[in-house]
Amino acid sequence: MSVPGSLNWFARHEMRLAWRDALSMMTAGRRNRERMVVVGVVIFASFMHVVAVLALGRLGKVGVVPSLQTLIYVTAAAFLSGSAMLSQAMESVTRTFYSRSDLELILSSPIDAGRLFAVRIGAIALSVSVMSLFLIGPFIDVLAWRGGLRWLGAYGAIAAVSLVATALAVIMTVTLFQTVGPKRTRLAAQIAAAVIGGLFVIGLQMAAMFSTGTMSRLAFLQSKTVVAHMPNIHSAFWWPARGALGDLGCLAAFFGASAALFLVVTAIYAPRFADCAIAAAGTSLGAVRKSSVDRPFRVKSPAATLRRKERLLLIRDPWLVSQSLMQLLYLLPPTVLLWRSFTFEGGVAVILVPVLIMSAGQLAGGLAWLTVSGEDAPDLVETAPIPKSRLLRAKIAAVLECIGIIFSPFVLALAFVSPDKAIVATVGIFASAMSAATIQLWFRSQAKRSQFRRRHTSSRIATFSEAFTSIAWAATGTVAAAGSWLAAVVALFALGILGFVWLFSPVRTQARLATRKSRGVLAARIS
Amino acid sequence: MYQDKIVPALEIQGLCKRYERPAVDGLDLRVRAGEFYMLLGPNGAGKTTTLRMVSGLLQPDDGAIAVFGIDSLADPVAAKRITGWLSDEPMIYDKLTPIEYLEFVAGLWSVETALAKSRAEELLAWLGLEKHAQERCEQFSRGMRQKVALAGALVHDPKLIILDEPLTGLDAGSARLVKNVLTERVRAGNTVIMTTHILEIAERMADRIGVISSGRLIAEGTLAELRDRVGQGDATLEEMFLTIVEQDLAAA
Repeated sequence: MSVPGSLNWFARHEMRLAWRDALSMMTAGRRNRERMVVVGVVIFASFMHVVAVLALGRLGKVGVVPSLQTLIYVTAAAFLSGSAMLSQAMESVTRTFYSRSDLELILSSPIDAGRLFAVRIGAIALSVSVMSLFLIGPFIDVLAWRGGLRWLGAYGAIAAVSLVATALAVIMTVTLFQTVGPKRTRLAAQIAAAVIGGLFVIGLQMAAMFSTGTMSRLAFLQSKTVVAHMPNIHSAFWWPARGALGDLGCLAAFFGASAALFLVVTAIYAPRFADCAIAAAGTSLGAVRKSSVDRPFRVKSPAATLRRKERLLLIRDPWLVSQSLMQLLYLLPPTVLLWRSFTFEGGVAVILVPVLIMSAGQLAGGLAWLTVSGEDAPDLVETAPIPKSRLLRAKIAAVLECIGIIFSPFVLALAFVSPDKAIVATVGIFASAMSAATIQLWFRSQAKRSQFRRRHTSSRIATFSEAFTSIAWAATGTVAAAGSWLAAVVALFALGILGFVWLFSPVRTQARLATRKSRGVLAARIS
Repeated sequence: MYQDKIVPALEIQGLCKRYERPAVDGLDLRVRAGEFYMLLGPNGAGKTTTLRMVSGLLQPDDGAIAVFGIDSLADPVAAKRITGWLSDEPMIYDKLTPIEYLEFVAGLWSVETALAKSRAEELLAWLGLEKHAQERCEQFSRGMRQKVALAGALVHDPKLIILDEPLTGLDAGSARLVKNVLTERVRAGNTVIMTTHILEIAERMADRIGVISSGRLIAEGTLAELRDRVGQGDATLEEMFLTIVEQDLAAA
């Protein structure tokens, strides 16, 4: 039995909550689905191991005597996963400040809240490393199987990177909190997390395009310029990479330094978390936001009214805007590519078409969730004297309007380079956005807009099908942009995915039940 | 006007809704036009389910609902046009101001601009919200949010106003404002159907009271009629309500 209020006691409490939360997320809150989750995890892990065998099976021997290039690759991979971990940890730290769930209880109790926050910082480090291990673990396993047990050192390296990432996230978020204040930190940290998450991979991609003129990051890392600017092969800079490649001495040094940094940061910053949480709680009592423009009162048609409402709600919620537009960050490399094609050479437009189509699908999915499922006044809208079909059409129109506004500059720029590919992109963007919106309609479930981040938990089928249809439409766009009639076949495949998804949609089930019921009523009347 | 007095504001026949057990079980109910009707019942009696079916928020398993003679299952849009709904949980948009919210509601009900504007201003003034008309609702207290939602339910001047526990969480001042607005509406000829657990309010405001239990109407009438029914001449509504519900449970 642990003493109430001790670190151990808080850790047990947090573990229990985290486990139940994770289970609820994986089962979408439904009972008796734990076994399905276990089966799903096993299938996913097996699939990832197969992918790892196909991708890395022959690379097991790499690093017996690591070359500078190998060290560069491994270090780049560590930076890549480190930036993703840092991004995830920043989001988690921000959530700790702003989530109200049990903070008022803890802060009003006579217990040292610093201990709870120390445990929560530890939990963040654990969760970011578990997420990475889940994705990278199969690759390490395959390397260990083919190249020897020394590869298992990579697990230790990942744990060390997660400790460093969490410590940095804590320092950066608390500093942000103290610099820009509790009101703006949530949004600022959100944007910073997104930028950090994508910065390394996008930066590498853009550097590759400027130096080698291609999208290949590997080619850039192999280039003479990069190798020439790197530290000497015997430098301590490479210890983490050497540790990941099985050098136990380097691994111990890297892990020890990371753990020390983590413990020092936790000891210094955990007691400050309580102040931050109290300051964050005070923001809800902050200044009243008035309408900046005294707009005349004007009633429009129901459809226009709905579209305007969706627009206003989105524009006035910067957090939601940053969440929705985060994926557009990844449009940066193709944009640079487009800009380069103006000045250097043509023929790259074909790369842009699928990127635009896929981004449009993903963005439309998020926006459609907001308008269709994330309705904060569902009763009001449902009791309005408007047929449901018209209501939903207006909501989808609002989504398409947003997509049009966001993607038209890209398509227009593309039209200057290649008009026919711009047409392909336009059709693809429309198809992809409509497919994503349709899936959201089929799988709609009432929720608050503030639950946007957890929208994927309501239906895994919707999440995956949304991604698959976007990919299928992007593939259609690629083939069409290359001028092949096979695009029609790929488009049929995309439609086939939609048809397949329809079979599992709750809307279809409800429609079938309603038909059965009306048949039953009819039969009863006849008899 | 004469027609309104003849046709009931709400007529429910054999209404059924079943979840794991019957929530509403063959309910028959008739509410006259222009009256203030209170629907009472213990927790889980089926009050909210009934009102949600009347408002078009739930599909009944069986039965018929007519709002001022309009079959609301066959022509829900026509029925919704003359109905206003307010739930106990104020559902408004945090990022809109009260005036923008009312403009939105007026748009959904296709109210003409000038009329909607004057009604919106009048309602906000009645409810003491005119000073906050241009402020976003995100900082509003629960009482203010409920008043904004009530203004939304009234801005299209519905003939039938349905309110599910509208006074929950309101302070005494706000509750009085809401009650005054509703009484005013009934005086103006609108019909109000309301559920509440505050029996003193039902006692003071209702023209007629219906008591529902296990999805069925077990008693109905004016205060005097209910007193006659339980045989307690000077009983309060609370005493009558408890007696009626206990008698029903004993009979079951």
